Amino acid sequence: MNRRTLGKALLGVAGAVVALAVGTGGAAAQEKLKVGFVYVGPISDHGYSFQHDQGRLELEKALGDKVTTTYVENVPEGADAERVIEQLAAQGHKLIFTTSFGFMNPTLKVAQRHPDVKFEHATGYKRAANVATYSARFYEGRTVVGQIVGKMTKSNIIGYVASFPIPEVVSGINALTLALREVNPKAEVRIVWVNSWYDPPKEAEAAKALIDQGADVIVQHTDSPAPIQAAEERGLWAVGQSSDMTRFGPKAHLTAIVDDWGGYYIQRTKMVLDGTWKSEDTWGGFKDKMLYLAPFNPAIPADVVAMADKTKADIMSGARHSFTGPIKDQSGKVVIPAGQKATDEQILKMDYFVEGVVGRLPK
Amino acid sequence: MNEVLQFLGPVLAAMLTAATPLLFAALGELVVEKAGVLNLGVEGMMLVGAVCGFMVAVNTGSSTLGFGAAMLAGMVTAALFGLLTLGLLANQVATGLALTLFGVGLSALMGQGYVGRPVADVPELRIPGLSDLPVIGQALFGQDALVYLGLAMVPAVHWFLFSSRAGLVLRAVGENHAAAHALGYKVLRIRFLAVLFGGAMAGIAGAYLSLDYTPMWAENMTAGRGWIALALVVFATWKPVRVLAGAWLFGGVTIAQLHIQGHGFAVPAQLLSMLPYLATVLVLVAISRDVARIRLNAPACLGKVFHPDA
Repeated sequence: MNRRTLGKALLGVAGAVVALAVGTGGAAAQEKLKVGFVYVGPISDHGYSFQHDQGRLELEKALGDKVTTTYVENVPEGADAERVIEQLAAQGHKLIFTTSFGFMNPTLKVAQRHPDVKFEHATGYKRAANVATYSARFYEGRTVVGQIVGKMTKSNIIGYVASFPIPEVVSGINALTLALREVNPKAEVRIVWVNSWYDPPKEAEAAKALIDQGADVIVQHTDSPAPIQAAEERGLWAVGQSSDMTRFGPKAHLTAIVDDWGGYYIQRTKMVLDGTWKSEDTWGGFKDKMLYLAPFNPAIPADVVAMADKTKADIMSGARHSFTGPIKDQSGKVVIPAGQKATDEQILKMDYFVEGVVGRLPK
Repeated sequence: MNEVLQFLGPVLAAMLTAATPLLFAALGELVVEKAGVLNLGVEGMMLVGAVCGFMVAVNTGSSTLGFGAAMLAGMVTAALFGLLTLGLLANQVATGLALTLFGVGLSALMGQGYVGRPVADVPELRIPGLSDLPVIGQALFGQDALVYLGLAMVPAVHWFLFSSRAGLVLRAVGENHAAAHALGYKVLRIRFLAVLFGGAMAGIAGAYLSLDYTPMWAENMTAGRGWIALALVVFATWKPVRVLAGAWLFGGVTIAQLHIQGHGFAVPAQLLSMLPYLATVLVLVAISRDVARIRLNAPACLGKVFHPDA
């Protein structure tokens, strides 16, 4: 056999394999809907990606007879993400959840090439006919946390380990600072950006630097429990992110803002199954059960717990909004006048720090 | 003035801990390179050490055993490198790179069930009185044992290389393996031992990160520190004391940028994150200008394959 015929033979075999694969793929798709998930971190980060995967598992539990799920973890934001999303679409996934802000543009690109596939992008703002967006109103949790830490701090310095200066993170910092100053006008928030969602050594270094500068409460908007460990080691307080991180610092862990995606994933998948899915934006808070607070540390005094519970109830009933004017930015300029509430658009585009935050916002 | 001192104390203490993993890995690699072997797999060996140390520490509850396991794991990985490059005469650069990639994957695989599990922290040694001294108290007298061990390794390695007979032989092997062979020294055996030492040191460096610095295991948690350690060896022109200086410089810049941010100075965070790497490049450029100095200290047989029968 010369090289050419060998090549042809191989091509033939390859063709047969592809045909077979497509055949079985088609048959499977008729029986079960394939749902794909793309995570930015490892599912074992016990933070943000872990919570998304909990949502996926709930979906499997609820609709396991109608759907199969696949996930890809540890996907870097950027060009690689597009390849991963494309692959999921090419493998016959008809509903794909891309769960990090940085997947926004790759998701839209892949969505253009696969009009028959439905995409759901978390925490972004760009939509298309087959791309919906969803997020949780994390800032509502930060309002409650702000009040708690305002009461717990003795040094009046709150250390904040932050990931990237995007509106989601900035609005979280502002919501926390506003609530903090409401109960403790002397307190301030110091920010350290680590420019990563998940880099345990760097997050720990940042937390320690903040502690060395006098912070006695560490709040984080990054995904690893390293800042909690740093606070535990120094005998201080900390607030967890995305999931309950109590076991990393049983003494330090005041509470955590926990994301809860299961309900949303089940609801959207059902919509695809019965054909009622359409592209829209979902932004749910405490009321929609898209986030909740982890059990409070028993060391928090009863009156503080009562205040936190009331604030949460008020947010759920609509009696309270995290961004109610007058709100001044760092330069003292009024950005939300008295009596007004920030619109969703204003929150989603927040690009300033409020009074009480130390440090400038990187532009 | 008081505020400056208050700022300086914690920065110094944090700098020493940030420099420790770099110091271990770089000192190990320095000995390896002095024997004439270039092992680019430091990052991989660190990761394997980090995950093995963590697994053993979680299962036994003893961080001492964890560090022992990390040393062993680093040595096993290094032995693989030694076998390929010294035994089978594989290209050292390619094998070293492969070792790093292998270490990243292997450690992720081994650590799958261990991500996000807590482990007991290594306690800090506190010397009553001395640890409470202003500015230098915590930096000098309030660290954990590994920081002191790292510092002690500097004079130890220096003494070994430049004052002991064994060190002289090791350097001879690195400078001119043919001559050393002609004198009857077992070039390959000496190099293999040096590679094992490098592996053990990289293993400790990795375990320092997973057991002490941030007591947890996360995939790829060394985050490029192995590469920095490699650069430090050149930066230090193969001198242990300069490795210490380089590790402190790098650790210092890493920590200082976080403190500067917390104080709210108007410097972009991205620029600050870049600083440690920028500092490394600048220093490398500065010392590379002096060709004579590099030639004087760089082992002449670095990276060259040796075959006893050739």
